[in-house]
Amino acid sequence: MNLEAKQQIWKEYQKEIADDRYYYARSCIRQTFFPGSEWAYLDILGNRLGKTVFDDPRHTTCTGIGYHSDVVPVETIMTVVARHFALMTEAGFENITPSCITSFGIYTEILHTWQEHPEIEEQTHEYLWKATRREFKKPKNLAHTSDVIYKFRHEIAAQKKHALVDVHTGRPLRVVDHIGCHYAKMFPSKGIGGAEFPAVLSGMVTAWGGEPVDYPERRHCCGFGFRNYLVLANRGYSIANSKKKFESMQPYEPDFIITNCPGCAMFLDKWQYTISEMEGTTYGKDGYGIPVLTYEEAAALVLGYDPWEIGLQMHQVSVEPLLEKMGIAYDPDAKYRNARGEDMGRPACPNYLKV
Amino acid sequence: MNPMNVIIIGAGTAGCEAAYRLAKAGFTVELVEKECTPGGNLNNWFQLFPDRKQASALRQLLQQQVEHPSIRLHTDTVPVKIERQDARHYAMELDNGARLEGNALLVTTGFRTFDASRKEEYGYGIYENVITSVELENYFANRQILTSTGKRPERIGLIQCVGSRDEKMCNFHCSKVCCITAVKQAMELRELLPDAEILCFYMDMRMFGPGYEEMYREAQEKYNIKFVRGRLSEASENQAKQVVVKCEDTLVGKPMRMTLDLMVLMVGMEASDGSRWVAKELQLPLAPNGFIQPGDPHYATNRTAVEGVFVAGCATSPMNLTDTLTDARSAALAIGEFLNGNEHYN
Repeated sequence: MNLEAKQQIWKEYQKEIADDRYYYARSCIRQTFFPGSEWAYLDILGNRLGKTVFDDPRHTTCTGIGYHSDVVPVETIMTVVARHFALMTEAGFENITPSCITSFGIYTEILHTWQEHPEIEEQTHEYLWKATRREFKKPKNLAHTSDVIYKFRHEIAAQKKHALVDVHTGRPLRVVDHIGCHYAKMFPSKGIGGAEFPAVLSGMVTAWGGEPVDYPERRHCCGFGFRNYLVLANRGYSIANSKKKFESMQPYEPDFIITNCPGCAMFLDKWQYTISEMEGTTYGKDGYGIPVLTYEEAAALVLGYDPWEIGLQMHQVSVEPLLEKMGIAYDPDAKYRNARGEDMGRPACPNYLKV
Repeated sequence: MNPMNVIIIGAGTAGCEAAYRLAKAGFTVELVEKECTPGGNLNNWFQLFPDRKQASALRQLLQQQVEHPSIRLHTDTVPVKIERQDARHYAMELDNGARLEGNALLVTTGFRTFDASRKEEYGYGIYENVITSVELENYFANRQILTSTGKRPERIGLIQCVGSRDEKMCNFHCSKVCCITAVKQAMELRELLPDAEILCFYMDMRMFGPGYEEMYREAQEKYNIKFVRGRLSEASENQAKQVVVKCEDTLVGKPMRMTLDLMVLMVGMEASDGSRWVAKELQLPLAPNGFIQPGDPHYATNRTAVEGVFVAGCATSPMNLTDTLTDARSAALAIGEFLNGNEHYN
């Protein structure tokens, strides 16, 4: 593989990412799946990088899941998004940074639609006014929060406590990146590196000392796909997609998977348990799975956050083998204790997947 | 200045042929070529279709023709300025400082092959065993087909319509010759690799020329080439440096996934940079596909919207060699009529 040519493609797909003052749009589901990720992002931006991020409690779902499941009409989602922009405008911000890949795709799609069809934007102004008596301005800059971390990857590297390196051997950790489909597949020019060879996550991995691993099914969907998962009868299709990816990446012996999409992180993590129960198959070494980290979790580990403080105990696949490779000290006894130190109880052990 | 002088920009197939015909008809010709030798894209070809003639034979013939005493060949140079004083007086400055004058101008700036790296999902330039049809001709010239790891390929895929009929690439046009080129190249591959599996992935097989359909049939019946109707959706590289491809076999109605040892992209034609420059310099209208728009698609195919400026060959649209040569002769005839004042059409 010619990495120079790949870098040439990356150069062609760069985008402007605001330097400071971000209006934060939370994900509907991430706080349930990976509760420490969004907290870690806010803490890193605010306390480590000195940036201003406004976490607005009035912000709601963008209704993207409903939109992609054909239960929310496009006019409705445009009005909801217009309300987000109105909240951003009222708060005195101009740069919007959604935490969810689908929200990022939705915002991008709507802004593009309004650019091509100003009459639809005008209509949305009217709908929003009728519904909420609010006015909105379009954001000056739209970036996914992984774009923001990518922008500051070198600043994070400068403060790193742990590199993405196996401390026992000095070997850079092999990292598989998985980019959410809605990041750049719809609008390649809006993603760093484009849709085919995205660099947003691999750029972080490289900056933090790891080695990005390319593999044949790298671009393949994780299988979430909304209707594939929301409709019970389609879940076999969903897990088949994830299985295809695991089988394709396994020969490269990745140390972990890094993702920037709420659904992908959840599915790539949880389906490893499901597949192990269904088929007795595991994809990591010695019966373990392949750990899955969000980019905020990876950044937080690099910066020296406590693994349990950023919620890694909520992962299905154990992260301990990864922590040990990186030389990160952790208290096994604290894994299932809450912030007050109380025992939360322990989940039942899977039959095949070692935890 | 000789009152009957014609300036031709581009000494590819069309330029050489038109120059020779004009010279034979008594005109003098200033033939300008950006490369060191005439021949244009023909220089990159090993064998021609449908008769599998050596491209070098035609190339030599064209090069002999431009040695005609009435033709002055200016190689390794490009025009930097063209002045049109009136329909019958042109002055051209070359980047080597020369100044040429003529009574008519013929644009034979040909085509450029599609830059396959723009089709990012195929990984050209990134995956080691993805090559273009032009590069494969070079392999044929060396009589050796090996993968990047030095292995004889056991399965080869030829991918049609790379950069042609592709809305995403802003190329709606058909490049016409890629289908038959793939058939020819598949047959050449079979001769070098008798045991290999050879597949062509196509949208349509457009066998428009004489002998083409017969060649297509022969490729299937005698050369055991497999033709799969389906456009590739994605390619990636595995640990063995093979190319893993996905496509749908639209005849069977099923998705396919396979590994190829070598993947050949049949790159299409686009208007050359020279055509675009000349069109801008002389304010020649371009067709939506980016090629120079002829005066009329039926009876003035060699004229342009600017009187005295003519066009021939792939500067106007993708053509095979047969049509390019015919078009060049037609242009020579049209220029002769124009300069002699006995035009049949206005």
